[in-house]
Amino acid sequence: MKTTMNVRSFNSIFSPALILHHQTDSMSERIKNEWFSSIRPDLLSGLVVALALIPEAIAFSIIAGVDPKVGLYAAFSIAIITAFTGGRPAMISAATGAMALLMVTLVRDHGLQYLFAATILTGLLQIAAGYFRLGSLMRFVSRSVVTGFVNALAILIFMAQLPELTNVSWHVYAMTAGGLALIYLFPLLPVIGKSLPSPLVAIILLTGIAIATGLDIRTVGDMGELPDTLPVFLWPEVPLNMATLSIIFPYSIGLATVGLLESMMTATIVDDLTDTKSDKNRECRAQGIANIGAGLIGGMAGCGMIGQSVINVKSGGRGRLSSFSAGLFLLIMVVFFDAWIRQIPMAALVAVMIMVSIGTFSWESLLNLRKHPPSTSIVMLVTVITVVSTHNLAIGVFAGILLASLFFANKVGHFMLIKKELDSSGTTRTYRVIGQVFFASADKFTDSFDFREAAANIVIDLSGAHFWDISAVSALDRAVIKFRREGAQVEIIGMNDASATIVDRFGVHDKPEEVEKILSGH
Amino acid sequence: MKTITACLDGSTGAKAVCEAGVWASQKLDAPLQLLHVLEKESLPPSGDLSGTIGFGSRQRLLEQLVKLEAEKSRIGREHGEALLNEAKTLARQSGATDLSTLQLHGSLVETLTDLESHIRLAIMGRQGELHDSAHHAIGSHLEHAIRTLHCPVLVVMQEFRVPLRFMIAFDASPTSRKALDLVIGSPLLAGSECHVVMAGKAASTHAPHLEAATRDLKEKGFRTTGTVLDGTAAEALQSYAETHRMGLMVMGAYGHKPIRRFLVGSTTTRMLAETSIPLLILR
Repeated sequence: MKTTMNVRSFNSIFSPALILHHQTDSMSERIKNEWFSSIRPDLLSGLVVALALIPEAIAFSIIAGVDPKVGLYAAFSIAIITAFTGGRPAMISAATGAMALLMVTLVRDHGLQYLFAATILTGLLQIAAGYFRLGSLMRFVSRSVVTGFVNALAILIFMAQLPELTNVSWHVYAMTAGGLALIYLFPLLPVIGKSLPSPLVAIILLTGIAIATGLDIRTVGDMGELPDTLPVFLWPEVPLNMATLSIIFPYSIGLATVGLLESMMTATIVDDLTDTKSDKNRECRAQGIANIGAGLIGGMAGCGMIGQSVINVKSGGRGRLSSFSAGLFLLIMVVFFDAWIRQIPMAALVAVMIMVSIGTFSWESLLNLRKHPPSTSIVMLVTVITVVSTHNLAIGVFAGILLASLFFANKVGHFMLIKKELDSSGTTRTYRVIGQVFFASADKFTDSFDFREAAANIVIDLSGAHFWDISAVSALDRAVIKFRREGAQVEIIGMNDASATIVDRFGVHDKPEEVEKILSGH
Repeated sequence: MKTITACLDGSTGAKAVCEAGVWASQKLDAPLQLLHVLEKESLPPSGDLSGTIGFGSRQRLLEQLVKLEAEKSRIGREHGEALLNEAKTLARQSGATDLSTLQLHGSLVETLTDLESHIRLAIMGRQGELHDSAHHAIGSHLEHAIRTLHCPVLVVMQEFRVPLRFMIAFDASPTSRKALDLVIGSPLLAGSECHVVMAGKAASTHAPHLEAATRDLKEKGFRTTGTVLDGTAAEALQSYAETHRMGLMVMGAYGHKPIRRFLVGSTTTRMLAETSIPLLILR
């Protein structure tokens, strides 16, 4: 093994590589790289992902309160469309729990047709986000907010399984426990354990047992309609007026935000795992196009899937062919085996979903709670708590971002210092301000002046300070006025340089020499 | 100062690339740069088709992949370093004075594109490491590189001999006229015997152009003959090179539009695959 690997690595130096974004006129080269650079692993991983997607898509439909076929059609169309249009090859997008959780009340209060309309609007909003390059806004989402999002998602997926586990016979508990045991223990078997997807093995065995023993437990067939045909084009039957828009718009905004957030996070994870780059804004547009497609064939909104993408990379998927084949295999299996899918006991699905929630949860973050600074942990916990209490990932993320920004502002606010000097004659007091003056440090700035001191001349030297906003300027104004009232002569040095940062001249930030000038204290 | 950049890899042609680099750098009086690019293989290391995601599986998968790739890359880097050192010794023995080596991560074509403004001539072997055994196989990067780069590219075979005679594939097109001017203006091939060869269907109609070309070359002190050949361009050029024992062929690259290239195929690509002598490709 060792030697073959070495030889491979030597050869690899000049083998075709998956190159994204290279400036080349040869389009076919890029298509070859992104689609056909690893056909066999891509098809295999596509199959594994398709098998794992079926129970998830059904379970997420049930979370959203719609027929399983809505989630399955969505999974099919989103996977296929993002395979072509996505900015991140090997990322899997389909119907997701995060999105399903947001549409529960819409489906309950207004019905399925409004969900399709909201899905299409979500797509349009996401395409707009892609064109306005909002993908880059992801940089304001800090690491702890992302961790909080992921953990909250895992908790919500787990909580969504609880109705299936309450007020049921002991058979269901036994089945779920058996399913979980199969899922986690089966991969430990030599050879066969790594070549057959264990969630599938668990589902098949449990379905077999349920049919053989004739147990009276809930099955997928009880949850609603399954797809029996290929999806067909379907324009949502909603009146096209402002009333409809006012119903679906709030949902669409939430769906678009959460969809993009999770997709961008998933893209970053796949970037890390495969050590390649992705085009985030292209991915935004792709998510939008995929959602429009899903809405038009009777599917629910979806987005990038963290768990499935990890499974895909782990199973060897690297190219667009992997997501394409996942969608295709899914549709084939669902349409041709619907009689069997109908018989899958809900307990087996619950086991799979518990695996997904365990896999999604960032267990590392629990260990890090004590290691990381408290502010970071608080941001993470607030994100989780907000999401779990509102059942809305978008609100949780906003709370997290807000809190993280406040903590950051507070931290930077500490970086301000005022030195006092008295000249030899004792008539001139010099205040030298160093550091960042802005809304968070403005009060501290004002407090640092000693207004009761009777000095004839006051010099405020700002050449080592940065004034970031109007709060800082007005704090200075107030200080000057106060000194004047005491009858002192006030002189300010270096005001122009210090306040250069107030003006939002974004162009300046692109020029290294300008940035250096501002940061070096003029 | 623009450099002669010799692109090395672990294939058997690396020695020839190095020798050609020394020759070109002496002729052009330019520094020689030996370049080795570490490319990353995108293929997955192993297939775990179990489809489970357990406790911290993302983190564990990342660690696994990083470990595997780190080892592979380290070996690749050391291999490249050894290669560059060997090539450096060889080049020094062959008399190269102004010599530097460069090892970079990335793809070869991307790297060359980045460096292009400093490159006077890029030298590449015809076959990559994967194709050592296959005859007439073009290295996976060569065609892509030639299409992308704007600097002259010298493609060498398994062995390199200093060319005493060379031929110019001439078809009176602006591209080949420009190639001719570059040859005339450059000291690279000065003093060697030059054959200007026209091939292809319309060759005979361009006879005046051929005469003009030979005249220009003669004025610059090349011993020149002009010839018109029958038959398809690639085959005719190839057999001419063999019968007259040419040491090098100069040609313009990809003169035609992409659509024609797609339908008819490109002479440049065929020449790359079939030639047995070095090709100097000019844009």
